Amino acid sequence: MSDFYFSTQQLTVGYDGVPLIHDITIDIARGEIVTLIGPNGSGKSTILKSITRQLKMIGGQVFIASEELRRLSYKDLSTKMAVVLTERMKPELMTCRDIVATGRYPYTGRLGILSAGDEAKVEAAMAAVHALDLRNRDFNAISDGQRQRVLLARAICQEPEIIILDEPTSFLDIRHKLQLLSILRGMAKQKGITVIMSLHEIDLAQKISDKIICVKGDHIARAGEPEAVFDEDAIRDLYEIDQGTFDPVFGSIELPRPVGEPQVLVLSACGTGIPVFRKLQKQGVPFVAGILYTNDIDYRLARVLAMEVIEEKPFMPISDAAFDRALYWLDRCPRVINAGVEIGKGNARMAELIEKAREKF
Amino acid sequence: MPNQTEQGTHSTFLSENLRRRARYQMVFLLLVAALVVITVLNINTGSVAIPVGEIFRILLGQAKDSPQYSIIWKIRLPRILMAALLGGGLSLSGFLLQTFFGNPIAGPFVLGISSGAKMVVALTMIYALHFFSHVSSWALIVAAFAGSLMSVGFILLLSRKLKHMAILLVAGIMIGYICSAVTDFVVTFAEDADIINLRGWSLGSFSGMSWDNVVVAAVVVGITSAVTFTMAKPIGAYQLGEAYAQSMGVNIRAFRVALIVVSSLLSATVTAFAGPISFVGIAVPHLVKRALNTSKPLIVIPAVFLGGAVFCMGCDLIARIAFAPTELNISTVTSVFGAPVVIAMMLRRQGGKAA
Repeated sequence: MSDFYFSTQQLTVGYDGVPLIHDITIDIARGEIVTLIGPNGSGKSTILKSITRQLKMIGGQVFIASEELRRLSYKDLSTKMAVVLTERMKPELMTCRDIVATGRYPYTGRLGILSAGDEAKVEAAMAAVHALDLRNRDFNAISDGQRQRVLLARAICQEPEIIILDEPTSFLDIRHKLQLLSILRGMAKQKGITVIMSLHEIDLAQKISDKIICVKGDHIARAGEPEAVFDEDAIRDLYEIDQGTFDPVFGSIELPRPVGEPQVLVLSACGTGIPVFRKLQKQGVPFVAGILYTNDIDYRLARVLAMEVIEEKPFMPISDAAFDRALYWLDRCPRVINAGVEIGKGNARMAELIEKAREKF
Repeated sequence: MPNQTEQGTHSTFLSENLRRRARYQMVFLLLVAALVVITVLNINTGSVAIPVGEIFRILLGQAKDSPQYSIIWKIRLPRILMAALLGGGLSLSGFLLQTFFGNPIAGPFVLGISSGAKMVVALTMIYALHFFSHVSSWALIVAAFAGSLMSVGFILLLSRKLKHMAILLVAGIMIGYICSAVTDFVVTFAEDADIINLRGWSLGSFSGMSWDNVVVAAVVVGITSAVTFTMAKPIGAYQLGEAYAQSMGVNIRAFRVALIVVSSLLSATVTAFAGPISFVGIAVPHLVKRALNTSKPLIVIPAVFLGGAVFCMGCDLIARIAFAPTELNISTVTSVFGAPVVIAMMLRRQGGKAA
């Protein structure tokens, strides 16, 4: 256990003594980024509130640097753990720098006056999140993205060993999401700060996290490295997705495929099919795609959007089976779209197929 | 190159700091100046006008035999000091309650805390006088404190159910009305002898203060304000919200109790001596924070105290001389000046929300 910086054992959390999620057992090493994912209302925030002591734990234990959370005084905890919360802070007449400076609270004296060293750390924290230019702006007058960065600077300024963030990317546009997450990444890897957060964006969660924890129902549905957690079915189950799909390879999300008798045969290769697939999907036209090597980029999308994909093993000449299947669909589909196929030695028979299609129409 | 920009940003930060400090000094200077001017004006004016030169001579202990000497030392000086002490305490109490509830319109009067104190003090005065010939200042403070805590306790109970601040304020106002109704009821049916002092007091006034009162008020308000000042650091943390304050190491439970006790004690002392005084607790903290352009407790706490003192002394001066020889209730004057400030503040906030 001492190998881990943060761990929970049979932790049970909930409100007013009513257990919501039980038997949470997690081990997190120093400098790891751990993300809680799960549907709305699944209890991600409840877990985060419990490990930050805003909520009373109902059962089990939490260890930080092998000390039991409940034994730590608030003051001791404040030098180890900093938080970025979802609740809207509406301070009065405070500049962004004032907000960041509150992070020095645990280190200042009785009256809370900042020393020159503290001031320097405030500046450094603001520089780390690229917020120096916001210094003298009123905190209430800045955008959501800027606000999140300032709050993160505040947390950094507290010089914690672990930072807990509750949905830090909500309300942020894509640029600020990426910016925030890469700051976190840098912090975790360079300074060894452990990060625990909840995210709504599973695609981003997959890309930034060292560990993923899936919260669902009254327990942790799955936990582990993103590669292990993110398979299509797991995500489908976790969020009860009944419309569309999540592709774990690139973390991309697709709307459901058009269903019915295929109307179009799409011939493509090496990405030329993607815009065509998307267009047909938006128009609600069921289609068949082929002949695609299973390592083709078109293949990944065709799998989830086409009624059928005529496939072939990579680097192989096109087999009779695949070719016949293509002819079968060529015969039945009222339309054929040639999105552009690069012909080489391996797929020479594609040229033949295209020729057949020309003859037909 | 990067070094240069680094220096550049550092110096803007320093100059901003200097600008702020200059502003703080300016505000404190103005407040002290106003305090001096109003004190002199206050001593100077009244049914007997006393020239300024004479005032200083008397304050320095000369001309002990003149009638002016006893007017200043027995009547005007204790009254001025009382207005200053109680005004400061009241404003500070307002500031603390605003911090506690996270709402700038919270205050001892609005939340019914002053009225709760008034009710218990009235009951104490009427019934205690049956058994004792004299009710001490301390007993009145204790009674007012009990009444304040009663109102606060009720508000806190409600605040668990009512998350919406506006409704909580309405609840506070209702509590105020209920307490006032009870007070009026007992006053109506009390014997005249019991309520001679009560009538004037229950409307709010700084008149008839003795040096004994001043000493007691100075001790209570002084100690409580000093305690408040030492709480500046956690108050600053609390301004960011409970959860953040806790994550910075504040023991929220203990802190909340301390905040309520201190603010109730301050407003209770005021009510015990001068009756309920409206709007000071909201208007003064707001004006002071605007003037300082900060809400940092370390700066705001002393400034609010000073500001409250100046405001109440000024209002008391007006109460005394505006329609002399008839004296106005202090609340009449504080409302005239305080209420517009509160309305302007709400308009401004509403405007800010829409933008």
